[in-house]
Amino acid sequence: MLDVRSMYITFNSGTPIENRALRGVSLQIPEGQFVTVIGSNGAGKSTLLNAVSGDLRIDRGQILIDDSDVTRAPVWRRARHVARVFQDPMAGTCEDLTVEENMALADRRGLVRNLARAVRTSRRDDYRQRLATLGLGLDGRLTDRIGLLSGGQRQAVSLLMASLRPSQILLLDEHTAALDPRTADVVLRLTSRIVAEHKLTTMMVTHSMRQALDVGDRTIMLHQGKIVLDVAGEERRSMTVRDLLAKFEHERGETLADDTLLLG
Amino acid sequence: MGALETGLVFGLVALGVFLSFRLLQFPDLTVDGSFPFGGAVAAILITQGYDPFLATLAAMVAGASAGLITAWLNVRLGIMDLLASILMMIALYSVNLRVMGGPNVPLITSPSVFSLGQPDGMPDYVWRVIVLAIVVLAVKCALDAFFSTRMGLALRATGSNPRMSRAQGVATGTMILVGMALSNALVALAGALFVQTQGGADISMGIGTIVIGLAAVIIGESLMPSRRLVFMTLAVIVGAILYRGFIAVALNSDMIGLQAQDLNLVTALLVTFALILPGLRRRLVARRNRSHA
Repeated sequence: MLDVRSMYITFNSGTPIENRALRGVSLQIPEGQFVTVIGSNGAGKSTLLNAVSGDLRIDRGQILIDDSDVTRAPVWRRARHVARVFQDPMAGTCEDLTVEENMALADRRGLVRNLARAVRTSRRDDYRQRLATLGLGLDGRLTDRIGLLSGGQRQAVSLLMASLRPSQILLLDEHTAALDPRTADVVLRLTSRIVAEHKLTTMMVTHSMRQALDVGDRTIMLHQGKIVLDVAGEERRSMTVRDLLAKFEHERGETLADDTLLLG
Repeated sequence: MGALETGLVFGLVALGVFLSFRLLQFPDLTVDGSFPFGGAVAAILITQGYDPFLATLAAMVAGASAGLITAWLNVRLGIMDLLASILMMIALYSVNLRVMGGPNVPLITSPSVFSLGQPDGMPDYVWRVIVLAIVVLAVKCALDAFFSTRMGLALRATGSNPRMSRAQGVATGTMILVGMALSNALVALAGALFVQTQGGADISMGIGTIVIGLAAVIIGESLMPSRRLVFMTLAVIVGAILYRGFIAVALNSDMIGLQAQDLNLVTALLVTFALILPGLRRRLVARRNRSHA
């Protein structure tokens, strides 16, 4: 489980462009829960994710994963507990390495990297089977450079890579935003399947309110670095995108210029 | 034969430069210092009566520590990679003078790694090439094997996509330390073998090492373009041999009128040309496509 305690992050502190990105965020995610995170640009969604992953140092507060304090742990050490899929499909995989090398890299997440052979024959069959489940025809392309794959294919492989090793937390940072609608749909369905299969504790940032309500079992809304909405269970099930929008507008104190964008 | 000999020696430099520049994406000028550093350490130990193999091994350790310090300046102290390596290069100039106790150390009559096992009747220059070829091939194969291990894979990923590597639990800082130590150990090995083929160490022997190494890498890559690592490591060695061949031809033909002092200028021009070549080719293709459209 993830336990974030009154977390503060300020960028460019003490300068005219000071930005208080997170202002006391507290969040407990019990094991196996799938949380979607929404909010307008600059609300602090990505900052929250980057703080949990360790990419950002927090100014105040505490982050605990399964009761161990990781507040000061660097990204690579935290990777033992945290798996991650980036927004940019190019960012989550290593384009100079082959598909199987990328998977072998993820296969050692949180483990010692010694002088044993990286891509084992025994594991290769497993990689092939997992790739086959994607239905994208990637099972025959183990030795292709991953840079040759399309963005959607790479994102799907990133998801597989994130589930190769057991992890306490899965972080998804708008991981379908850079994909075309059809591919985004495939990747999203794959996400739900993998999360359910491995019972992963998941935090997914998304731009789409539709997605935020359709996927997962709890939704939080961030605004100006604070959690302003936290719904789950029956209350969430009865919620419509319109309700969410109303809440959103209420928080912003203004009408959204283009709500068709958010309805999509 | 002389060109082949130096070509093989610089094949080791090219492998080191390939590791730092290409795989780690670390522009490392330390090699201008670690090449003569390896040479100096080997030369001084041999003149003091140590076993040449031991001296060569010591040279590699010396080179590795130079690479470690450069990486440490960058990783732990946060100094920009290029600048960290320049600082180390400058520092090594003084260190090399200290190690050698003067601007040069002659090795003419001393034993070398090439004196062992030489068959009767085989001329020195043939035997040296054979030994060097074996060493270079062994290093190449060892590197290939290393790159396919878990650690080697993590090292390659560190250079290619550091953010993703960290997210996959790779201690990227450690990988840079390991890679830079390895790279400079290879360059120092080249320096140690170089002084034993040339019959002495000289303080100025390191000047332009990095450019020669880069030239070898670039020539190899353009002549044998491949994404497979085993071919890439082979290509840079071939690049080094070809480069020394070009230089030998250019300097030896009276027609062109080039002399030994023009070496670095020729190298610089060659590398510049090789660097702008891909861009020129792209622009040419783009223009052709536009005229077709």
